[in-house]
Amino acid sequence: MSTTTKPAAPIATSPARRPGAVALGLRQGRLEITQFLRSRESVVFTMGFPVIMILIFAAIFNDEIAPGVSYTQYFITGMIATGLMTVSFQNLGIWIPIERDRGVLKRYRGTPMPKWVYFAGKVVMVVAIGVVETLLLLAVSAAFFDLDLPATAGRWLTFVWVAVLGVTACTLCGIAISSLARTARSGSAVVTPLALVLQFISGVFFVFTELPGWMQQVAALFPLKWMCQGLRSVFLPDGFGAQEAGGSFELGRVALVLGAWCVIGLVLCLTTFRWTSRRDG
Amino acid sequence: MDDELAISVRGLRKAYGDNVAVAGVDLDVHRGEVFALLGPNGAGKTTTVEILEGYRRRDAGEVRVLGSDPAAPAGDWRSRVGIVLQGTGEFDALTVGEVVRHFAGFYPDAEDPAKVIERVGLADKARARTHTLSGGQKRRLDVALGIVGRPELLFLDEPTTGFDPEARREFWELIRDLAAAGTTIVLTTHYLDEAEALADRVGVIAGGRLVEVATPEQLGNRQAALATVSWRTPAGAVESAQSATPTALVAELAERFGGEVPGLTVTRPTLEDAYLTMIGHR
Repeated sequence: MSTTTKPAAPIATSPARRPGAVALGLRQGRLEITQFLRSRESVVFTMGFPVIMILIFAAIFNDEIAPGVSYTQYFITGMIATGLMTVSFQNLGIWIPIERDRGVLKRYRGTPMPKWVYFAGKVVMVVAIGVVETLLLLAVSAAFFDLDLPATAGRWLTFVWVAVLGVTACTLCGIAISSLARTARSGSAVVTPLALVLQFISGVFFVFTELPGWMQQVAALFPLKWMCQGLRSVFLPDGFGAQEAGGSFELGRVALVLGAWCVIGLVLCLTTFRWTSRRDG
Repeated sequence: MDDELAISVRGLRKAYGDNVAVAGVDLDVHRGEVFALLGPNGAGKTTTVEILEGYRRRDAGEVRVLGSDPAAPAGDWRSRVGIVLQGTGEFDALTVGEVVRHFAGFYPDAEDPAKVIERVGLADKARARTHTLSGGQKRRLDVALGIVGRPELLFLDEPTTGFDPEARREFWELIRDLAAAGTTIVLTTHYLDEAEALADRVGVIAGGRLVEVATPEQLGNRQAALATVSWRTPAGAVESAQSATPTALVAELAERFGGEVPGLTVTRPTLEDAYLTMIGHR
């Protein structure tokens, strides 16, 4: 340890060098992305899972659900929605309890970092990974399984707002549910079954309208079903809207439910988020 | 509020259910002072310090840290306080340099991260992932993150637990260095020699109460305590006596033995004796 360098007087003499709000959020996001990319397991499972699933499904169901419309065209919607939920809801619901248990959150609370910066960093990470993962999924599907990409600007616009609202809702819910886990390990136990059940009842693996009615009713309470439905309006011909449970793609209701979950998630985050683990009192 | 005081505590109380962790603590720490809080596990050390750091809410009492109530601190308060907790979170995937640089960005007047890394003796580990560091090196990284914002007041919770003797000496030098530059330091420790080596004053906490605050030399009033004189009788048994005037007793013994007193020792209570008496172990 060197004893040659002495700190300056405790009173600040140089002008404030702390980055502004946007820069603070972005550098926190960069830190989160670096940590994510260096954890090989999360890269492989979070980014790779939807791609592997589409490979399997496209191989099993290689015929058409309607003349000129391949199964891939239907499954891609569920896989995109699942991928977005994995990177936001599951990723955060599993990682935040680990960070809380290790005392990473407590360490942040001991610095002048504004609380929102931590959440902003997570959002930046989720959006960046979500975009890359979705593009990967689209590229693989278009290259190998004849996926027809959305043809009009209007469809791309719908794609973007459904994805953004869905990711926002799932991110906030992921942060909120992280407070349910008592220990680092239990995050995964809380989140994984929940995500799996939602995937089965929300029309990710099966055609939604072929599910039992009560199951459809339950799924309609949660965001994933509406993300899938919104994305179906992007990737399937307009005529398919008539086969939906509500007789159309109901984009207004998609926006309403996802927006409501954003509000619910935000309120839960603000009221229940814990910076220290329970044994810290 | 006295500006000379970095910390002022009156009647601090905190209970977890029926378990009273802090049962009325009064404490003043002066600016520029190194203050050590000594006490056994469960005595209320960590609870007290974490209330001062703003991590926990108190049930009752007046608390001022750098002029602010830590439960509702003024705007720049967090950037004036450095905290080194016990076993806080690691950033396994990041390097030492990345972590220190990132945390430097939270402070308005941070020190150069490279200099901080050098000061804590991690210069050759700056590019190493933090999960490859030894326990002692991780602790130094903790300290680097605690001082990178140039705090006026630094809290250290059992900073040298798990250090080898050489690493502890080096660490003590760093603390003395910070203190010499005017940083107020509050440390909790299990080690009496650490308190004796570093602290201007020592507070002993037991059962949620501060049982004594004194300089390490005066702790337990051991300057004024009786000395123990012991010697061997001609029959070979060890005999001892407590005395306020040990020199007179030794002279008397010398006369009785006609010169050399066999097995003669004169001792006063050590800091450890004083401490163990205070916390009720003797």
